[in-house]
Amino acid sequence: MTAPQFADHLDLRLRVNGVDRQLERVDARVTLLDLLREHLDLTGAKKGCNHGECGACTILLDGRRVNGCLILAAAANGRDVVTVEGLASGEQLHAVQRAFIDHDAFQCGFCTPGQVISAVACIEEGHAADEHEIREWMSGNICRCSSYPQIVEAVKAAAAAEYNPAPS
Amino acid sequence: MRPFAYARATTFDDALEAAREPGTTVLAGGTELLNWLRLGIAAPDRVLDITHVAGLDRIEPLAGGGLRIGALVRLNDVAADERVARDWPVLREAIHKSASAQLRNLATIGANLLQKTRCAYFRSDEPVPCNRRTPGSGCAARNGHDDRHALFGWTDDCIATQPSDPAVALAALDARVVTRSAGGGRRIPVTDFHVLPADGVDRDTVLEPGELIEAIELDRPAPGSAYVKVRERESYEFALVSAAATVELGDAGRIESARIALGSVAMRPWRLTKAENLLANLAPDDPALTAAIDAALAQAQPVPGSAYKLAIARGAARRALMTAAGVGP
Repeated sequence: MTAPQFADHLDLRLRVNGVDRQLERVDARVTLLDLLREHLDLTGAKKGCNHGECGACTILLDGRRVNGCLILAAAANGRDVVTVEGLASGEQLHAVQRAFIDHDAFQCGFCTPGQVISAVACIEEGHAADEHEIREWMSGNICRCSSYPQIVEAVKAAAAAEYNPAPS
Repeated sequence: MRPFAYARATTFDDALEAAREPGTTVLAGGTELLNWLRLGIAAPDRVLDITHVAGLDRIEPLAGGGLRIGALVRLNDVAADERVARDWPVLREAIHKSASAQLRNLATIGANLLQKTRCAYFRSDEPVPCNRRTPGSGCAARNGHDDRHALFGWTDDCIATQPSDPAVALAALDARVVTRSAGGGRRIPVTDFHVLPADGVDRDTVLEPGELIEAIELDRPAPGSAYVKVRERESYEFALVSAAATVELGDAGRIESARIALGSVAMRPWRLTKAENLLANLAPDDPALTAAIDAALAQAQPVPGSAYKLAIARGAARRALMTAAGVGP
């Protein structure tokens, strides 16, 4: 039994977009979202409401979509994070990113990184079978430009390619 | 956000020991705590992360057909469990309607019961009268915006409601909260877990300082069960009123026993016991269902702004009962 060691600043080690990152003396109050944006210069995940209501900060934590603004960086120590910056392979966009472009699934673009990450997870979970299911399982990502019809079309197209790959 | 120190506990005993220290707040999914810290609803000296405590993230069968769900099982993982889907569909539906997929990947079944009210005055980032935020300051909602507020069990000190969806399902299922503390542990019926304003507005639940939730226990399966959530948009919104129902049908297709709990009408899930007693022997599509529900709703005392909720509660309860009985709304 080792009693919990409380600290107001912590050294952290995370795997972010496939790269090991080490940070020293991070304030215990820093959220994972702020760690990504302010400490690691990964500004893809956006700070919309900062209350877990808008979904603009959606990232993958150990492969699952979560709100980066509701996680303490300290609680993410030792874990695996993927942000929108980690989806493409070099110049090759992820299929979901490509689908968002093909379907004009954004206007101002502020919510798009969160939408894209959420859509990647939504498809991976198997929750993108039809429009109704996509709308329900993507409802945690708010788009104030109201590009929802295009977003649904993009997710539907990316899911169709994922669920029914063209014969090679 | 005030400064605090962070630590992880890896065993339940360590967690209990550390949680007993005054000024310590426990962190599980964080979907509520992070916002409490930002708003000043919580201002701890120490945040104790219990998500690495071993053994609290499992779902295990109980003798007699029940289920024990570890406190740290994420909401989406409870809903995805095939036993829950088959035998307790009301819980699965309540979870799916409770929040976004992202939040449900973080939030835990144990701490979900500890959600605080969504009353806008309570959640205000400007100081306003709220007896829960500042004892003795009054209740701004009592003479203000009160349309999201209580139908049952309120006092002039607080007219707010408890917002958890899973809690409503668990109340209808007669689930138990299993706790542990330095002095041992106990099993608390979900229906007795939340504290009504008449018993004080200084706390939300009967949990004592340093007492931690270990698991939620479900009794015998309730395959005939359903959750109805009425809200201002189709998805990802708190309830105006919700209803959880379980129905067991007898040989003649009549109701043998039924349970109904309403959500967002009081500071705890509100069982319509009077209606439950009147439902036995009715056919599930008998119009008398509504009369039974009305008999229970006659005990409601709406605040001025919440009176419209009575009609919604009546419809939601009826729809939940009929869906649970398999006859549709």
